Amino acid sequence: MVNLSINGMLVKVPEGTTILAAAKQQNFRIPTLCNHDDLCVAGNCRVCVVEQLGAKSLLAACATPVSEGMQILTNSLKVRAARKHVIELLLSEHNADCTKCYKNGKCELQNLSNEFCVGDHLLLDLIDLKNYTIDRFSPSIQKDDSKCIRCQRCVRTCEQLQGVNALTVAYKGDKQKISTFEGLSMSEVICTNCGQCINRCPTGALVERTYLDEVWDSILDPEKHVVVQTAPAVRIGLGEELGLQPGERVTGKMVAALKRLGFDSVLDTDFSADLTIMEEGTELLTRLKKALVDKDPDVALPMTTSCSPGWVKFIEHTFPEYLPNVSTCKSPQQMFGALAKTYYAQVRKLDPKNVVSVSIMPCTAKKYEANRPEMRSSGFKDVDYVLTTRELARMIKQAGVDFNKLKEDKYDSIMGESTGAAVIFGATGGVMEAALRTAYEIVTGREVPFENLNITPVRGMEGIRFASVKIEDCKKEWNFLNGVELKCAVAHGLVNARELMNGVKSGEIQVHFIEVMACPGGCLGGGGQPIPTNEEIRRKRTEAIYAEDMSMEIRKSHENPEIIAIYKEFLGEPLGHKSHELLHTHYTTRVRY
Amino acid sequence: MKEKHVKRVDLIFEKTGCREIMEKIMKMKPDDICQAVLDSDLKGRGGAGFPTGLKWRFTFQEKEPVKYIVCNADEGEPGTFKDREILDQVPGKVFCGMAIAARAVGAKTGYVYLRGEYKFLIPKLNAQLEEFNTLMDEFNLNFRIKIRLGSGAYICGEESALFESIEGKRGEPRNKPPYPTTAGLFGKPTSINNVETLVYAVMIIKYGAAHFKELGTKDSRGSKVFSVSGDTPKAGIYELELGMSVNEFVEEFGDGDTKAVQVGGASGFCVPRKKFGETIIGFEGVPTGGSMKLFNSTRSMYNVLHNYLDFFTEESCGQCTPCRVGCQQLLKGVEAVKRGDKNSKYLDELVKLAKTMKRASKCGLGQSVGNAFGSIVENFKEEIIY
Repeated sequence: MVNLSINGMLVKVPEGTTILAAAKQQNFRIPTLCNHDDLCVAGNCRVCVVEQLGAKSLLAACATPVSEGMQILTNSLKVRAARKHVIELLLSEHNADCTKCYKNGKCELQNLSNEFCVGDHLLLDLIDLKNYTIDRFSPSIQKDDSKCIRCQRCVRTCEQLQGVNALTVAYKGDKQKISTFEGLSMSEVICTNCGQCINRCPTGALVERTYLDEVWDSILDPEKHVVVQTAPAVRIGLGEELGLQPGERVTGKMVAALKRLGFDSVLDTDFSADLTIMEEGTELLTRLKKALVDKDPDVALPMTTSCSPGWVKFIEHTFPEYLPNVSTCKSPQQMFGALAKTYYAQVRKLDPKNVVSVSIMPCTAKKYEANRPEMRSSGFKDVDYVLTTRELARMIKQAGVDFNKLKEDKYDSIMGESTGAAVIFGATGGVMEAALRTAYEIVTGREVPFENLNITPVRGMEGIRFASVKIEDCKKEWNFLNGVELKCAVAHGLVNARELMNGVKSGEIQVHFIEVMACPGGCLGGGGQPIPTNEEIRRKRTEAIYAEDMSMEIRKSHENPEIIAIYKEFLGEPLGHKSHELLHTHYTTRVRY
Repeated sequence: MKEKHVKRVDLIFEKTGCREIMEKIMKMKPDDICQAVLDSDLKGRGGAGFPTGLKWRFTFQEKEPVKYIVCNADEGEPGTFKDREILDQVPGKVFCGMAIAARAVGAKTGYVYLRGEYKFLIPKLNAQLEEFNTLMDEFNLNFRIKIRLGSGAYICGEESALFESIEGKRGEPRNKPPYPTTAGLFGKPTSINNVETLVYAVMIIKYGAAHFKELGTKDSRGSKVFSVSGDTPKAGIYELELGMSVNEFVEEFGDGDTKAVQVGGASGFCVPRKKFGETIIGFEGVPTGGSMKLFNSTRSMYNVLHNYLDFFTEESCGQCTPCRVGCQQLLKGVEAVKRGDKNSKYLDELVKLAKTMKRASKCGLGQSVGNAFGSIVENFKEEIIY
């Protein structure tokens, strides 16, 4: 333990603790900008400088470990002068068009500037807006360098959490900037559109491409029938954006709000998540049969999930040789979109060309996914607009809906019925768990041998997790699986996905089924979820997801009555002709470098 | 004022074979070598002046099996060109110094990080290295030296940015602590020394600490190689005893019309004529990595300052706010004052800003921009304003 004093108060903390953390223990908040709980220390913004009595220079509280006998002042004259200067300097090279900025009211620089009353404007304005254009080429991410404060959080996110390195530091001195490869647009470089950079950008430099106006235009167009689907993770995240604490479940309120916004039908991505389980589970069993019974040497195993569009683009870029291993199932969003303009339109007797399909996603990569050319199997663009959880909150505010006072409402039908298995798609390991709940039961006729159907080994926050289920006493038609130990692996965060795939490639990791979610924590930590994010917040959202699962009457995808109905009335059988046409897709090899 | 001429010394360029040094070294324990250098009071010749023996001892005391010796030959300070001459004239002594350091700290690998513009030295260095390797084999030592070339960034002379560069990363300074002696190159304990420092270590082993200490003052022992440039009839490289005043220096090298001397390059201090007598060149006064630039009355100190600020604005790595934006503010600020867009009081604001840069910047670059700025603005205010 190390003894030190902070503003005269004696503190005892473990060796290696930063001054920032030690001060927090004494309830002194030291302002930070470049620091982020999920990332390595940078120590480059210098907002957190503190004074050590007797030292010539100030210390960066985020980057300096405590030492014995240290006397730290967090609010001395020197500290105040330096901190104010640093904020003024950042503002002097920042496009401070705050009132017009997408992040107005949610900008960490704005908050600091407000806190330190930086109004006297002593320094010169350095920014020349003529030199900047906003990169709006990506359907997911908008990059505006004029708002960038070079904290490098995005660079560290892309490198340390995702291993993608779409963003990097380029040039030096006054020309230094955060750039893509050769300054190409975000749509041209190797970027998975995961939006984790957006989640960690303190200013408006990186934000989602927004489609609010387009959605409002559709809603307010009397010719259009606008259906909306909501992803599992939205219902446990949305509250945060509307003043509630992380981990509050707002499913019923969200449905009520969506109805008040004027959507013609409020439906659930959970429905198509259950459908995904039916298709993907069958696909897995089919592949296993080909491998074990037909001894087909070409069957691609392990099979990986395909729900996460960030993961799909990542594997297209980095492991194209494993594309045959990726499940051909579309993601739940795209299955839903294809059905909205076929099955749904048919049942509701609508002309599909008048159906506008909107999805609310915890994700920015979904915006890209909806724009993929292969996602038009209904004959139209299957999903017209994708909004993030944050954008939905903004719509609710714009419409003047008093969210917290709303009474809970229920999803519309058809395609509004959900199960606990579908809800857990929002957490890392959830797709795996849902698939096992169904596949095991199809094969053996019994429920998975876990208490309350909770397959805890696949849950958790560890980057890569393994689990296995021994299959015994199979139904006759699945006899070939008798005695097979079904091995699964789960990864979240692309840096972990890469490690897992490298293990598969080298043969060190031998499994049958792999779930990958591009974002830390799974969709609940997605690039479209409320800001800020950290492990604590993601843990609370995870708890909410599993609580939601437990609260559902039906907790297995194959028991969803609407799923049973759609196979009976429309699709026929999993992997059938119609399924292939509407629910499955193919992938593209993309450049690696 | 008492008359005293600067005293020339000839240690650095004195021909000395590595073999005789190695023979001595092999009889010494690592800690004895550290002690010998410590006894000499040798301080780092790159400019910062950290006691070399102490640096070696700290590195020696680390338990880590892999350690490194790095020779900082990224001589980039404006007005400094002495390492180039040392590497050109006595490269063997530089390698020999590295071998001493390696034995003192327990390193098996050394790196020379050579300024990109000194690429022409490489054939010569490689030839010397072959000879050096043969000598190492003779003594059954498996110490090997690798040469790495910089790419033109001034910041890579900063020790931790230099490590990043060798590691193949963007040359940006690291947070300290940890210091290089604990976690330097590739995260291993590393002693990084200037070219000149390593050569002095050779001479200390050769002649003993006492001989070295005969020269100089209490705070600045020994001699130092100076790069003299600017308005002088005798521009060039001189090894001089430490402890002289700027006045003595100007008597020797000035053109009779010297109004200011910039000691220590862009990151050093500007000494005006009225302070020549009282200012000692050394760690007790104004330290220098070797750069001595003389300005006579035909020079505009505004231009001099502008030039330095322009340099720093471009050469800041850009990662930390005080340095990246502060440099630009100082540069644009003096321009605005010169143009009359800002009144002269704005200079006081800029001086305060320079103080923040000194206190809050991440590395030595940002911390030293205020040296030249403060000393030029303080002493030549009229030239900046009018």
